[in-house]
Amino acid sequence: MAIPMLNSELEHKSIQYRKTILTSIAHAGAGHTGGSLSCVDILNVLYNQVMNVDAGNPSWPQRDRYIHSKGHSVEALYTVLADKGFFPAEMLATMGRSGSHWVGHPTRKVPGVEQNTGALGHGLSVAVGMAIAAKQDGLPSRVFTLMGDGELSEGSIWEASMSASYYKLDNLVVIIDRNTLQITGRTESVMAQEPLAARFEAFGYAVRTVDGNDIAALLDVFAQAPFAAGKPSLIIARTTKGKGVSFIEDAVDWHHHVPTSAELAIALDELAQAEQRVQDSYATSTTR
Amino acid sequence: MQPLQLGSPNQQVFSDTLLAMAEESRNLLVVTSDSRGSGRLVAFGKRLPDQIVEVGIAEQNLVGVAAGLAAAGKCVYAVSPACFLTARSLEQIKNDVAYSDHPVKLIGISAGVSYGALGTTHHSLHDFAVLQAINNIDIVAPADNFETRRCAGVRHAPQTTYIRLGKKAMHRLHTPDTPFAIGRAIPVRQGSDVAFLATGETVETAVQAADALAERGVSAAVLSIHSIRPFDEEAVLKMAKQVQAIVTVEEHSVLGGLGSRVASLLLQAGVTPRLRIVGIPDEYTWTGSQQDILNTMASRRRVGGDGGRLA
Ligand SMILES: Cc1ncc(C[n+]2csc(CCOP(=O)(O)OP(=O)(O)O)c2C)c(N)n1
Ligand SMILES: [Mg+2]
Repeated sequence: MAIPMLNSELEHKSIQYRKTILTSIAHAGAGHTGGSLSCVDILNVLYNQVMNVDAGNPSWPQRDRYIHSKGHSVEALYTVLADKGFFPAEMLATMGRSGSHWVGHPTRKVPGVEQNTGALGHGLSVAVGMAIAAKQDGLPSRVFTLMGDGELSEGSIWEASMSASYYKLDNLVVIIDRNTLQITGRTESVMAQEPLAARFEAFGYAVRTVDGNDIAALLDVFAQAPFAAGKPSLIIARTTKGKGVSFIEDAVDWHHHVPTSAELAIALDELAQAEQRVQDSYATSTTR
Repeated sequence: MQPLQLGSPNQQVFSDTLLAMAEESRNLLVVTSDSRGSGRLVAFGKRLPDQIVEVGIAEQNLVGVAAGLAAAGKCVYAVSPACFLTARSLEQIKNDVAYSDHPVKLIGISAGVSYGALGTTHHSLHDFAVLQAINNIDIVAPADNFETRRCAGVRHAPQTTYIRLGKKAMHRLHTPDTPFAIGRAIPVRQGSDVAFLATGETVETAVQAADALAERGVSAAVLSIHSIRPFDEEAVLKMAKQVQAIVTVEEHSVLGGLGSRVASLLLQAGVTPRLRIVGIPDEYTWTGSQQDILNTMASRRRVGGDGGRLA
């Protein structure tokens, strides 16, 4: 099991992750900035507190599995996997370089990545397969997958959802990065996703909605999974795309915009201020 | 030889042409799957919002909806990245469009390895192969802005057509008065020693290679085979009889694309010059930029003699 960490430590990590994501994207000259910043708190909590994984033994059969179905937000995944020690952090500097396996969507050539993703709408079916196998083999493994809200237009997700509840996969936890944006604009104006919770409930999930950029709220909701015996769990994580940097937040153009060096400097400065705030509040709470 | 002049990305030329045609005809509809940014159709959507049907990130639905619109008499362009359009929606293409004989125009954007370091999920190295095995679809890969503009005008053709477009700016290869017809290869360079038969964005690379060879005293012809189907058998056979060697060039798997098509034609016709198929080898795809991938590929598959790198 993961060593318990203080919320402030996790919050601190999220800020570090955001810096790494932005720096790596700027260095690579390509990347999916908005979606990586929106989901990184979820990955932080999953990898640091929720999932049973061992970087030293990445193919340990009892491990929990994570599938990054919204594969374009690969920088968040690489950043967290590097921090967990699946591979040296220096590899992040090879992102997008000729011959590097650290490409723009996750591949299993990168230690810690469970499944190649990037074409949207595939992750959930693979997760369902893994969850069925874990049940058949009597393993304690749980399977987690993260999908974008725009991604939900893919029909395959609903096919997979039918099988998730049919096979009573209470070892499956599906998370939706509900940032309300896709490439073209707001999900609700491109292809409406509401009523989201009702749709998933109708497909047989036990559904919870949470602030997906709030560490404490995420810890709390994951601790409650499975939400119902014999049902797959689904978390609608309300997030802000581009979270953590004022001019990237909720800005449709930042889906795959790459920060210029000037923008990077401002962003890193904002994140340094956020870090200071976390430290200050931590100091006050411990002296009290 | 004059250095080639740089033009625009074929995708841009295509969407500009589409907008001009759509302004003339309210019956022309574009169907998109959260793809109007990469399809360069943002301006189209703003100008003619009633002529764009957005389905969200749902490529199978995209093709099915396009089939329905075409069945109702609309002139339909379904625009989505080539990788998803010709893999995710393949059954819709086969049954709902080609087999049902609806003249949908399937526009595969950022084709080949245009998406470079986004990796294999985003590459389309299979589209010629799978679509050639499905009856009743023309397959067109324009080389430059001129060919793109001309093939965008297939809207009156009653034929289902797949048009494969790339993302990078292309050099001008033809003059505006060059004859163009779907199914007719275009000679770009004359030559008698070797002939490059190339398609899509690789034509300009073949032209650069031919010009480099000319400086070394090798006479190299270049044919732009923009139509994989209908295939210009006559032009290929004629060329094969007048040179010692043929090099086919494509940004596609070496299996099932232009090279295979040429080999099968020549062998069955009993015309056998030396043949080299240049394309993406049947291996785990190298990653990096489009140029990195092509360079790596070309260093494994050199064009005979001093022809040098193909990309
Ligand atoms: C099958 C498929 N179609 C299209 C794309 C191109 N694409 C990449 S990201 C994206 C938008 C995703 O939006 P969303 O799921 O909301 O992700 P987020 O907002 O979290 O970035 C699209 C259309 C893709 N990767 N896969
Ligand atoms: Mg989204």
